[in-house]
Amino acid sequence: MYLPLTDEQTFLREAALDALARHATVEAAREALDDAVYPVLWPTGTEAGWTGLLTGEDADGVGLGAYEALLVLEACGGRLADARLLGHLPATALLEAAGADAQLRGALARGERRAALVDGGAGDRPGAISLDGDFASGAVTGVLDADGADVLVVVCGDTLLVVEAGADGVVVAGKRAYDSTRAVADVVLRTAAGTRLELPAGRGRDGVDLQRALLAAEAVGAADAAMRMARDYAVDRFAFGRPIGSYQAIKHKIVEMLRLVEGARSLLVAAGEAWAHDRDGFALAANAARVTADDALRYAAPENIFIHGGVGATWEHDAQLYYRRAESSRRLAGGVDAAAAAVADALLAAA
Amino acid sequence: MSLELTADQHDYRDRLRAWLDEHGADAPRRHVLEPQDDAAVARLRAWQGRLSDAGYVGVTWPARFGGPGGTPAEAVIVDQELEARGIAGPFDFIGIGMVGPTIMAHGTPEQQERHLAPLLRGDEFWCQLLSEPGAGSDLAAVQTRARRREDGAWVVNGQKVWTSFAQHAAFGILLARTDPAVAKHKGLSMFLVPMDSDGLTIRPLRQITGDAEFNEVFLDDLVLPADAMIGAEGEGWKVALTMLGFERVAVGSGLHAVRLERLVAAIAEDPAAREDHAVRVRMGQVASQLLALRHTSERVVREIAEGRVPGPDAGLIKITSVIASLDACRFVVDAIGPDALVDGEWGHQVSALPGVRSAGGTEEILRNLIGERHLGLPPEPRVAPPAPAAPAPAPAPATV
Repeated sequence: MYLPLTDEQTFLREAALDALARHATVEAAREALDDAVYPVLWPTGTEAGWTGLLTGEDADGVGLGAYEALLVLEACGGRLADARLLGHLPATALLEAAGADAQLRGALARGERRAALVDGGAGDRPGAISLDGDFASGAVTGVLDADGADVLVVVCGDTLLVVEAGADGVVVAGKRAYDSTRAVADVVLRTAAGTRLELPAGRGRDGVDLQRALLAAEAVGAADAAMRMARDYAVDRFAFGRPIGSYQAIKHKIVEMLRLVEGARSLLVAAGEAWAHDRDGFALAANAARVTADDALRYAAPENIFIHGGVGATWEHDAQLYYRRAESSRRLAGGVDAAAAAVADALLAAA
Repeated sequence: MSLELTADQHDYRDRLRAWLDEHGADAPRRHVLEPQDDAAVARLRAWQGRLSDAGYVGVTWPARFGGPGGTPAEAVIVDQELEARGIAGPFDFIGIGMVGPTIMAHGTPEQQERHLAPLLRGDEFWCQLLSEPGAGSDLAAVQTRARRREDGAWVVNGQKVWTSFAQHAAFGILLARTDPAVAKHKGLSMFLVPMDSDGLTIRPLRQITGDAEFNEVFLDDLVLPADAMIGAEGEGWKVALTMLGFERVAVGSGLHAVRLERLVAAIAEDPAAREDHAVRVRMGQVASQLLALRHTSERVVREIAEGRVPGPDAGLIKITSVIASLDACRFVVDAIGPDALVDGEWGHQVSALPGVRSAGGTEEILRNLIGERHLGLPPEPRVAPPAPAAPAPAPAPATV
């Protein structure tokens, strides 16, 4: 289906697909399951300007919006590529909104340093991290992209605390993830010192919502890729003298993938539009995108394995990588149920 | 972002809001329950006339067809504003959404001149005489026959079914077989039929909802003048496909969809449901589907705005509309209790939606179309049609 894109957006999207095509990311994701090191495409993102997408031009950023970031992440999702943008971009967006100093924003935009977003209201219980002046204490598990980040941007309400990952009292413990392309870590802060910044009222949650939208974009890309894989196989593979794609039982599953992917993609467009023109409406669109995108991937990934038959369920086949992405993705960043509840919260708050 | 409203569109919205402030107070409410009585229908038709006079019906219809010649973005704005106020849109969605565009595409100038303006105002209501008891989703299997008389008029015999709003209609658009000797898609023609014609009988069909929106229509030696044909003889299938393309957009774009605002209100009004975390999670899931539907419909409208014909994937919207709406209804009934099944919109929708699954083409037919045309999947092997009657030998000399 058609996406409303400006020339600049079309160029950005095609450039992203070209850049990603130069890396064997899907193969690397499989090798990483056998303990090979998964290549992080941070340098690719730095070179392409992705790391500075949401940073202003005054600090060497590109100064674009969420929709452009979503287009890049959708491309990454299709290739299971990890450019560590899920943590970095929401963090840079909040620093932008909080008016952080140009030196920090510039280093992040140029890709010299990498940031991760720590949701101080997430983790095992609400208010997992508490602030005391310029110090933060608490623990959050499963923080996206925290492993290897230079800067942790801790958001508590509308307050940010920018903490150096190497500072005293900061422990970032990387974990082995079910999806080998993910860099997930548990973060513990014990009276860790940082720089305190204030956001405009109500804007603190934009970071969390943006992260969910970016996850949604990745999931749409991955679900779309699973759909194409299933489609191509269903055209080529014959059984009982017919291509299996001619059987309604198979055809209708692939159309269901398309239906779910297109619905979620529409919400990505809506989220991008809301970020630019109706920031109060962003939470609704971003969280609804997350719910529908994760549902699309949760349908497409296992059905793709099924359509491939036994071969799809082997260790060597790419299908399992998308399945791992599906099962992992919907449980990250608070889980998809938190996004669903946020959709209801946004709707009921306006009722 | 290419989606932002232009200054002109903001002005348009402001003018519409001002008009609605002035004229919308006594407008009929947007209602999921089908209007039952003549008074309600008369009110809805009168409202369509007022909307139409102000240029808010058939917004994109060109001025040469009596429309306001607006942009698709303006059409979306009108829908949004009416929806937001819970005010009814044009009552004759079949005429506005499907028949009118088809007459614009295939009608003669005389047909366009005669029919489009009264259609737009709601003065003459339209129905579609397409489906038949033996045809179902295999629409090209229609058996209703139209035979040409020596004076050029057509004599129609047959039966139609699932005809929405035939009882209110002044005219119907009829698919009939004009040549039984050729392949089934080729021998069809389309006609415009006055619903008060001699030989035409309407019998309401009561549905699960208790309403009789659908009708059976019997055609017995109905006579139509030669100029009642729309499109060329034998080109009825092409005309029908044009109409079905519009129908899938119209059926999908909220016609049968649960209104998100109503769902939100139902939960907001129930304090226990509202505070229940599990309810909120499920509400978020069903609401997300409805939001995806809304934004996908807008994307299709924008596609049309850029001059593309709604493709097979517009059918996705119709499928989503039914699935998401039934999920939403069941969720509300689960949340607020079984009494919600008995009266009012939720129970009505729970009853209506299973039937909508086969309206405008069944889900399975639509999935085949989309899979084959949009995704390039191989077609289901079709059973070969019975061989057409062998070409008749040279007519035998009359034996009389």
